[in-house]
Amino acid sequence: MAMMFEARALGYGYPGRPVGRGLDLGLDAGEVLCVLGPNGGGKTTLFRTLLGLLPAQAGSVLLEGHALEGMPRGEVARRVGYVPQGHTAQFAFTVREAVLMGRTAHISLFAAPGAADREAADRAIAALGIESLAGRVVTELSGGERQLAVIARALAQGARALVLDEPTASLDFGNQVRVLRQLVRLAAEGYAVVFSTHDPGQAFLAASRVLLIAHGGALRQGTPDEVITSENLRAVYGVEVRVATVDGARACLPVL
Amino acid sequence: MTRRPRVLAYALALAALLLLTALAFAVGRFPLALGDLAALAANKLFGAGYAVPPTAENVVMQVRGPRILAALLVGAALAAAGTAYQGMFRNPLVSPDLLGVSAGAALGAVLGIFFSQSVLVIQLGAFAGGLLAVAVVYAVGASVRRHDPVLALILAGVVIGTLFGSMIALLKYLADPYNQLPAITFWLLGSLATISPLDLALAAPFALAGLVPLYLLRWRMNLLSLPDDEARALGVPVARLRLAVVCAATLMTAAAVAISGIIGWVGLLIPHAARLLVGPEFSRLLPLAMLLGAAFLLAVDTLSRTIAPIEVPPGVLTALIGTPFFLWLFASARRAWQ
Repeated sequence: MAMMFEARALGYGYPGRPVGRGLDLGLDAGEVLCVLGPNGGGKTTLFRTLLGLLPAQAGSVLLEGHALEGMPRGEVARRVGYVPQGHTAQFAFTVREAVLMGRTAHISLFAAPGAADREAADRAIAALGIESLAGRVVTELSGGERQLAVIARALAQGARALVLDEPTASLDFGNQVRVLRQLVRLAAEGYAVVFSTHDPGQAFLAASRVLLIAHGGALRQGTPDEVITSENLRAVYGVEVRVATVDGARACLPVL
Repeated sequence: MTRRPRVLAYALALAALLLLTALAFAVGRFPLALGDLAALAANKLFGAGYAVPPTAENVVMQVRGPRILAALLVGAALAAAGTAYQGMFRNPLVSPDLLGVSAGAALGAVLGIFFSQSVLVIQLGAFAGGLLAVAVVYAVGASVRRHDPVLALILAGVVIGTLFGSMIALLKYLADPYNQLPAITFWLLGSLATISPLDLALAAPFALAGLVPLYLLRWRMNLLSLPDDEARALGVPVARLRLAVVCAATLMTAAAVAISGIIGWVGLLIPHAARLLVGPEFSRLLPLAMLLGAAFLLAVDTLSRTIAPIEVPPGVLTALIGTPFFLWLFASARRAWQ
């Protein structure tokens, strides 16, 4: 059985400006990978490469055992869903219409969504428990509501792998927890989930594995307990952090 | 918005269009009785044998008919192209000449007038100029790899448009002030006064050829309103789709501009108004925008030939009506910008 998501000796970046290289990654159904790294450290560049939005500079990406390179966009979309960072809506589509756009890869070029697509969109909306938002327009949603709607759109793609670029950025505390809870639940349902964040504590809460990217592209990978250590966090972020255990749960406490 | 008001919006727009069309046939320097019009319609459509004054028949078939059809065609085409562009460029302030189609068409037409060509050559020059300008803009925009592709297109459009504008200014400066300059000015302000059945027969197929892809892609068009990365991640080959839509919208606009000259505001204002009524979903938006565009330009053209002893250029009227309407929308509508 092929891994849901695999990178082999992956080099990512731009022509003449490499950002990272030598990344080996394998993610199975049910796993959550948390990607940590400083601002400008290349997390988004890595994600764009994993999604085929940016050509790999070296190595390869495999989706369910198939090479990403040369794969038609529609097929990529059916294998991996994407939640971009800070989605901003320009036009007043309703949440249902926006989620329905997730079905694009299942709808032929000249067609409109059919009954099966509407059902899939409604299922995705129900899976995130945002039925009450379905008729609202996306431009009037709060940041947290909009993030859930975009995750629903990614679910509607019908892919079993999800890539989320800082899904908790600029959300309030409650909404951060709600989004993390959804990621954990989706993994339990058999999704392979990759997400990035600026809060290393989230790795303990939600992730089974962590990828830590330092400036210059040095990589550390492993379980949260292996990777999230005071030494590693100091090396990557340049600040003192205590990694403590509170009532059996691990947490990161910065030292001011 | 619920389903009922949407249906109501289409029905009202269609009713207004039909009413305006009847009115446009009736009014003018040679007023026609509605009875004569009905009789003529019955004769032409069903082969009935009612007696109709020959002058009335002449006015309808040779003068008002082509002009009214042209107003409907140009209005619908500009509105459809504007709707496509506003969605694609993610900006409700965009009009169909963003990528220089009007500037190119104007240069083509002005060159034709400057070299004293026939009307047909002037129109062909306008059509070819419009297509050529957008081709140049697209080539420039696509060759700039380091920038956001949408922004590169818009900047290329602005630059090429300015270049063409300065060439037009030069030709106006050099043109014969008694014969050519009025014709140039008249063309640049737009007019439907001299439309012939041949003009319509030439423009309609191109406008239709542009509309077909927009209609076929009507649902997928929605995806172009997302940032490029998002649309691609959802399975859309964005660059190819955008090229197809630019071609379609340019063909429609160039066909319209070639016979009418530059009539501003329709392609900016009408998609905006339609979006307020039925929301941004393209497959619902396109038909309403076309109905409203046709009705709006017909109303403007009818006004332009009836409110004064001389013809008022419709481009002037669309701006006079459009500006306050737009300001009102801006000030009052809660979601005017979406």
